Amino acid sequence: MLGWELPPHNSGGLGVACFNMAKALANQGADIDFVVPYHAKHPNAKFMHILNATELDPIHRYGDGAYTSLQLFDKTIPNINDESLISIREVQKEYCNYVEEYLITHDKPDVIHAHDWLTYEAGMMAKKKHDIPLIAHVHATEFDRAGMHVGNPLIHEVEYEGLMQADRIVAVSESTKRIIHDKYHIPLSKIDVVYNSLDENYETEEYNFSDKTYQYLESLKNSGHTIVSTVGRFTIQKGLPGLLRAAALAISKNDKLIFIFAGDGEERNNLIELAANLGISKNVIFTGFIRGKKLRDIYSLTDIFVMSSISEPFGLTALEAAHHGDVLILTNQSGVSEIIWSALKYDFWDKKKLADEILAVAENSALKKSLQHNIKQEYHRISWDKVAKKCLTIYNKAMKHKGIE
Amino acid sequence: MRAICLYLHIHQPIRYREYSIFDVGNDSNYYNDNYDSRQSNERIFNKVADKSYRPMLNLLEKNLKKHPEFKVSFSITGTWLEQAEAFAPELIEQIRRMVATGQVEIIGETYYHSLAFFNNLEEFDAQVDLHAATIKRLFGVAPQAFRNTELAYNDKLAHWAEKKGYTAILAEGWDKILDWRSPNHVYRPAGCNNLKLLLKNYRLSDDIAFRFSNRSWSEWPLTVPKYLKWLEDDCLRGNLVNLFMDFETFGEHQWQDTGIFDFMEQFISDWLGGYENKFVTVSEAVKLEAPQDEISMPETVTWADTERDLSAWDSNSMQQSATQELYSLREQILATNNPHLISDWRHLTTSDHPYAMCTKYWHDGDVHAYFSAYASPYEAFMYYMNVLRDIEYRIGMLNKTAGLV
Repeated sequence: MLGWELPPHNSGGLGVACFNMAKALANQGADIDFVVPYHAKHPNAKFMHILNATELDPIHRYGDGAYTSLQLFDKTIPNINDESLISIREVQKEYCNYVEEYLITHDKPDVIHAHDWLTYEAGMMAKKKHDIPLIAHVHATEFDRAGMHVGNPLIHEVEYEGLMQADRIVAVSESTKRIIHDKYHIPLSKIDVVYNSLDENYETEEYNFSDKTYQYLESLKNSGHTIVSTVGRFTIQKGLPGLLRAAALAISKNDKLIFIFAGDGEERNNLIELAANLGISKNVIFTGFIRGKKLRDIYSLTDIFVMSSISEPFGLTALEAAHHGDVLILTNQSGVSEIIWSALKYDFWDKKKLADEILAVAENSALKKSLQHNIKQEYHRISWDKVAKKCLTIYNKAMKHKGIE
Repeated sequence: MRAICLYLHIHQPIRYREYSIFDVGNDSNYYNDNYDSRQSNERIFNKVADKSYRPMLNLLEKNLKKHPEFKVSFSITGTWLEQAEAFAPELIEQIRRMVATGQVEIIGETYYHSLAFFNNLEEFDAQVDLHAATIKRLFGVAPQAFRNTELAYNDKLAHWAEKKGYTAILAEGWDKILDWRSPNHVYRPAGCNNLKLLLKNYRLSDDIAFRFSNRSWSEWPLTVPKYLKWLEDDCLRGNLVNLFMDFETFGEHQWQDTGIFDFMEQFISDWLGGYENKFVTVSEAVKLEAPQDEISMPETVTWADTERDLSAWDSNSMQQSATQELYSLREQILATNNPHLISDWRHLTTSDHPYAMCTKYWHDGDVHAYFSAYASPYEAFMYYMNVLRDIEYRIGMLNKTAGLV
């Protein structure tokens, strides 16, 4: 398995998804060597062999910053000599060399399972030189990361090559499958959809809500305010200006609404400014980047969780919010909305409908309780074991395709 | 002598549109949506008219002429009649011709296809009278038999119908009530003297209504000889077979290409070709024999779902609060004496509305989802409550002007 990060050295959902998928696969008998591009310990990953492709510290694996490609590459498009892109390409080259070396000195694996564009080149090399079936797993495409704008042409090219050469492709949702077909012209028959699931540690980890963390929010809640929140990187992909405009519409009808924007990213200053221009700064709270218990406390305080993404391959935060009993409002453009029924949905451009939905939940306890109750029942049916079973079937398909029994 | 009592239910609800909270107080058009929208009553009515009402009425009218012994009973809701008058008046003309032959009986029910019996007896009574007046106006007859919405029946309803002067009432022939008894007889409702009870033979009815086109059914395809054989076998336990179903079975639930129309055509003539076989209307059926036994249903029984209860309409908190809010406005609505407002309010009593809010099977994406005009039960509830708010607002405005004048 070729990946770019694993917890605890992850910056986002990709690492969590890879970790849980590998663990469920190992439980079902898969023998996994997982290559990461850095050198670090992974104390909770005893179920597989983790191979360090470089001596780098985890902090360098994305070049200079976090995994916010637009921020990273917008700067680099006019000037390809930009340091951060060069450094990430350097890391990729070393990663590829390591995999090449590994394949010479070890038994050949039955399949190579590569996660996102960062590892596709190593996967293609393995396929070309050793004829190993390649499975390309798409957690996000460059179109998603760029909010359906063009994005970085170099990344597109790597994605396109990888998807073309892969024996099978795994997409995290039907909408991702459509993007792979429409934008990269891959035949639909080569793509399987495997939805993600909630981090299984998420449920077992000890967690007790403490009302001490956010006393101010707690007091607002007690005075009849409804807390609406969104969690994620503040990038163009997330459609947050649309959420703010809907918030302004909703607040015009009901000023006891508080909107929490938990996260950080290149859009932050624009969002703060937009909230001010809309005259709703008093009702909007920016928490900055939070994780762990602080994030869980936000979920616990939240009445309504909104995923406003213009494009969201899956959207794991929605399942986390569901775990805490939040009402979910999801765009029809998010992958998670394909498998969640007990939620309100809207199209990302339809601000009036989002405002309607927020107001309806805030003002109808029957609606709120029904959604809270039903989503809890529903999300329990989604499990990583099912994901692993599907992956094994796809491995078999790819091996058959290659004539390996 | 063996008799079939064929009774067909003709109904279309008048759906409310996706009525926004931002429309409340500004726009009181709830029921007329753009022709292309999901809730366009005109578009839906025209579609079903082409697929079902026209071809099936033509088939029935032809057979009434061809076979003077052919009889059929209809229940026609006021909401269907309103739409037929507006969108396809020739259908009403056609039914009037059919009623004039004396071979067609019209059965009484609530005008609005409501469950008012379980919520407000005065409202129920008013809606039944309104329906009877409409049937008299359009077809020149007074209903002698009664069926409640969704065939929802209990002992109290029977007592009400007896007092009202009906001679026959319809209910589901549910095994739990019948026990060893057969639905193929005339019964007396517990505590009644003049009223007779007819019970739906749900197996033979559902063979046509639900299973006819189901290719995974072991008896598919259903041929007329096979079905006649079943009828004859079933007549061993009573000579009256009550086939009760939705009119839309023909052409809408079972499409024309399943052969449903050809089946009916041949079935009518082949049945009448059998020795001493006949068709009877509901009022004729109760005169065929003396009541064989007394039947008591203290709990409400309906013809819906496997539970045969009202849970598809009143089991979740959204349905309960919508219904409660609706009926709590009744006194104020009637006091306005405003016919538009009263009619707008009464259209909200149609049972299809709470049915669209049913979440029983929602997470399985089951039959309730298929028949719904709304994206989800939650949206159905949300828009419904917005309409109620506007109605409340209009009451307030009327009272205010009345006070000023």
